[in-house]
Amino acid sequence: MTTLFFIEHANGQLSDQSLKAITATSQIDGDVHGLIVGSNIDSAVAEASKIEGLTKLIHVDDDNFNNIMAENLTQLILNISEDYEYFLAAATTTGKNVMPRLAAKLDVSQISEIIAIEGPDTFIRTIYAGNAIATVQTSDPKKVLTVRPTAFKAAAMGSSECEISKIDAENMPSISEFIGEELTKSDRPELTSAKTIISGGRGMQNGENFELLDKVAEKLGAAVGASRAAVDAGFVPNDYQVGQTGKVVAPELYIAVGISGAIQHLAGMKDSKVIVAINKDEEAPIFDVADYGLVADLFQVLPELEQAL
Amino acid sequence: MKILVPVKRVIDPYVNIRVKSDQSGVETENVKMSMNPFCEIAVEEAIRLKEAGKAEEIIAVSIGNQSCQETIRTALAMGADRGIHVLTEEKIEPISIAKILSKICEQESPGLVISGKQAIDGDNNQTGQMLAALTDMPQGTFASKIEIDSDKVKVTREIDGGLQTVSLNMPAIITTDLRLNEPRYASLPNIMKAKKKPIDQKSPEDYGIDVTPRVNILKVIEPPKREAGIKVENISELVEKLKNEAGVI
Repeated sequence: MTTLFFIEHANGQLSDQSLKAITATSQIDGDVHGLIVGSNIDSAVAEASKIEGLTKLIHVDDDNFNNIMAENLTQLILNISEDYEYFLAAATTTGKNVMPRLAAKLDVSQISEIIAIEGPDTFIRTIYAGNAIATVQTSDPKKVLTVRPTAFKAAAMGSSECEISKIDAENMPSISEFIGEELTKSDRPELTSAKTIISGGRGMQNGENFELLDKVAEKLGAAVGASRAAVDAGFVPNDYQVGQTGKVVAPELYIAVGISGAIQHLAGMKDSKVIVAINKDEEAPIFDVADYGLVADLFQVLPELEQAL
Repeated sequence: MKILVPVKRVIDPYVNIRVKSDQSGVETENVKMSMNPFCEIAVEEAIRLKEAGKAEEIIAVSIGNQSCQETIRTALAMGADRGIHVLTEEKIEPISIAKILSKICEQESPGLVISGKQAIDGDNNQTGQMLAALTDMPQGTFASKIEIDSDKVKVTREIDGGLQTVSLNMPAIITTDLRLNEPRYASLPNIMKAKKKPIDQKSPEDYGIDVTPRVNILKVIEPPKREAGIKVENISELVEKLKNEAGVI
């Protein structure tokens, strides 16, 4: 019984999300092989080969994987799928894009965003955006899983490299083409991997006022998020959205500013370790989940908060 | 060109979820149901493509019990042309849904399938990708922009950290993300008109698909409840607590 884990990387660095998710494989018996793809990625390969618990690293050096297309990566994994019983990846947009395609090719169900492993065929995952937790058991012979990174601690790095085996990318389908990428340029962390998040809601009144959050975020090294109400009102783009229909986050510290706490927002952030709520309405439901609540006018206290940090 | 739009009936996104006391699942009896929000976006996008002269016919498909007809009617009222209802009482999984949809694709030969990226009940985010695998079509998941250019479709995708643009050979599968559009409300005259639009009723057997679940739900529980904490008086007290009590800054 062997597990294949797909390792993501960017700019020579291993993905923090992958390093967390790979920890799930330590609860599955048998060897764990990593798969890393790209061209001229020697530093990422060297780094990946030191991940604790990996017995082998499969490296594909091919221009087809300068950018990852689901069609090509699925075919690549299918080429070597006979050797594996478990296929895992972090539940990133890449993992979510590729793993269901792989599962269908293998004629098995996929189990999405597991948060714990109960047994060889039994997994725990959240449904209804975290409003319920399901324990599920699969009868499929091969298990294809995505792992919610926030549920696991990052794997340790060992001192020695594991065996590295190079394979070729054969039978690439070439039915899709990468055109370009526009990555948000920011010194701040991404919402899904940030340790601290400060989010604004309808109470921010307009998009310009989000600058008040930016200034605090700068001090805290935090990511800035928003409630659906703020996105719907056009204050900020949708990729800011935390909630059932946006991003599900679980940072160490979540600061909700001018957010009332609609169910669908709570669903996206209530697994945060510490929640702070700032709202002038003391009846706002956000206070029911907040560890620290401050009933105040956000326009008065945000500059104070920036000063105090 | 035809566009196929799968639509799912789910608990309304603004309803509080109640977990059944016997831990067998989530209460769906006497609960307000709606079309999955991401499916609404898919229907809207198909209608916009039709309005722009890029598509001739929109087919809305729903798989599930009798009440899924209402969800198809909602799609028809928004502007879809006809419906296919695959009737089953079984708790149907994404792989089985994708298999049924792949058979419908064989029969209807749509140029595009536009589906929601995920349903807000199971949160699986699988069906579109699986359908793409089964039909060997390319996939553009989490779309925030769709541009058809003769036999290719350019899809802008919401990825972690930004946007990615891909070009797909058609026919192709696209799954919708929130920013793609804002779905319209059906007008009263259109709701009346939708009652006359045809819905074909089928069964999984008609397509030769075995929908027996492969994943058994052992139990469903409520997440641990968060206790409300304390109120602080001012920013200096807040910062002090975050530093010394919570240790998070």
